[in-house]
Amino acid sequence: MNFSLSLRHRFPSIQMDIAFEVPSPGVTALFGPSGSGKSTVINAAAGLLRPDNCRIEVDGTVLADTRAGVWLPPEKRRVGLVFQDSRLFPHMSVATNLRYGMRRVAAGTVRFDEIVDLLGIGALLERRPHTLSGGERQRVAIGRALLAQPHLLLMDEPLASLDADRKAEILPFLTRLKTALRLPILYVTHDLDEVARLADSMVLISAGHVVGFGSLSEVAARADLPLAQRDDAAALLTCRVEENFSARALSRLQGGGATFLVPLLDLPVGSRCRVRIPAREVILAGKAPEAISLHNIVPGTVRRIVDDTVRRSAVVEIGLPDGGLLSRVTPDAVARLGLSPGQPVLALIKSTSIEVLGH
Amino acid sequence: MLSPEEWEAVWLTLAVAARAVGFGLPVAVLTAWALTRYRFPGRTVLNALVHLPMVLPPVVTGWLLLVIFGIRGPIGSLLQDRFGIRLVFTTAGASLACAVMTFPIMVRSIRLALESIDRGLEQAACTLGAGWLDRLVTITLPLASPGILVGAIVGYATCLGEFGAVITFAANIPGQTQTLPLAIYAALQVPGGEAKAAELSMVSLTLALIGLLLSEWIGKRLNAILGR
Repeated sequence: MNFSLSLRHRFPSIQMDIAFEVPSPGVTALFGPSGSGKSTVINAAAGLLRPDNCRIEVDGTVLADTRAGVWLPPEKRRVGLVFQDSRLFPHMSVATNLRYGMRRVAAGTVRFDEIVDLLGIGALLERRPHTLSGGERQRVAIGRALLAQPHLLLMDEPLASLDADRKAEILPFLTRLKTALRLPILYVTHDLDEVARLADSMVLISAGHVVGFGSLSEVAARADLPLAQRDDAAALLTCRVEENFSARALSRLQGGGATFLVPLLDLPVGSRCRVRIPAREVILAGKAPEAISLHNIVPGTVRRIVDDTVRRSAVVEIGLPDGGLLSRVTPDAVARLGLSPGQPVLALIKSTSIEVLGH
Repeated sequence: MLSPEEWEAVWLTLAVAARAVGFGLPVAVLTAWALTRYRFPGRTVLNALVHLPMVLPPVVTGWLLLVIFGIRGPIGSLLQDRFGIRLVFTTAGASLACAVMTFPIMVRSIRLALESIDRGLEQAACTLGAGWLDRLVTITLPLASPGILVGAIVGYATCLGEFGAVITFAANIPGQTQTLPLAIYAALQVPGGEAKAAELSMVSLTLALIGLLLSEWIGKRLNAILGR
């Protein structure tokens, strides 16, 4: 199962030319500033917008191919879409909303009770949409899309209209869904935190073009991509818990080909988690300092140095055996250490600066 | 209080209006739906045609109906020859005149309701596997139902008062085409008929008030049910 899309479309203000292929199952984040064409991609995939030129294939089925004259209408695509504004039918109960798509397709693998349970909406079934909170509404909308047995799930900024508390309430449900369902999910957002928590891979778009594409850790650690220029630039690594030292209140993680010590986790040895290492928290050194509170001295190689003239700083990309880190330093530091690509360097990271995002 | 003939006029009026709305409403719904949802050649012309009876003098509308649906008219002669249906000077003809006159009011009310529906809901239904007819029946019409019902009631109330087109096309035949306004007019033509006219006018006034209050109440109730 996979999902591939290529489209060209001319808007009055922007020329779009986008192509990518998404592995399945898994969550792919479609990330970019507003106006970069994220919604166009989603609408074309759902069949709500017809681009000048496109080819869309899901799971071996061609949904659209301009050259071959194929254009399936949205109702024939089996592509689920979760809108930012949930769009529940106001004249139907939650249960009827959930069953709307389900009643229109042959029975599939996604079961009503399973979804209701997974999304925690069992108590809402008899309610009307206008009596639900924003978070509840969005959970019902997700359930409704999934029960239509889609081959691909599109989520168009599903959490953008919710406040931080509601977001935090929904994110665990999304993580559960992701592991329980085996289908490709394309997740549009402009919130890097959602990406860090949910996505496996990432398509970075800007002004109608794909500027970066790959696994999340790969894209996040590229100093030459727009993400590295953000204040919250960070490396994202998938780690495995190697050992828990209860006496020292530390856990040892292994990820990206390096070892990290972090404050003791509640996770059993062998479980996986994702960590976030902010670029501004990573210090670079030529040789290891002694007698220091710091736990993590990670050897790596300088891969790229990209100047950020706006912030009068430089972003250094450090290659690890199986991943990378980012470090934001001053140009003066780059000069003093004599950093250049290919050179070995030590990355110093406080254990308390490593953010563990859950499993 | 009312004489048997007067009661007859009241019942006839109610029946004529019911038939006018019964046949006119489905057509009005389809017209409104086509006008709001699709851009097609001749849309402007259709829109103008729909609204024509609102701006034309009713007598002219009645005369046009005579020309088209009269015994020698293009449609009238067809109905007469093929099906033996005669519209001129009949109860059915009075209903037709009423239907044509209230058509713009019904279409406008339904259009407003259709335009106020969030198109996003239809898109959502689309991505959930619903085709156009499915969407129309399960999403669009239920959500527009307050507007459709209010349009029907206001249309019905307006039918009760139709005069010019009815008298021109269907004439003023007691028991057949003499609806309330026509009966009031006839009463006023007879010396000493003022009392009768006053009685009938009171009935007319009551019916109109009931219609307006009912449409208000139903609109509110339905909107509450729809969660608005």
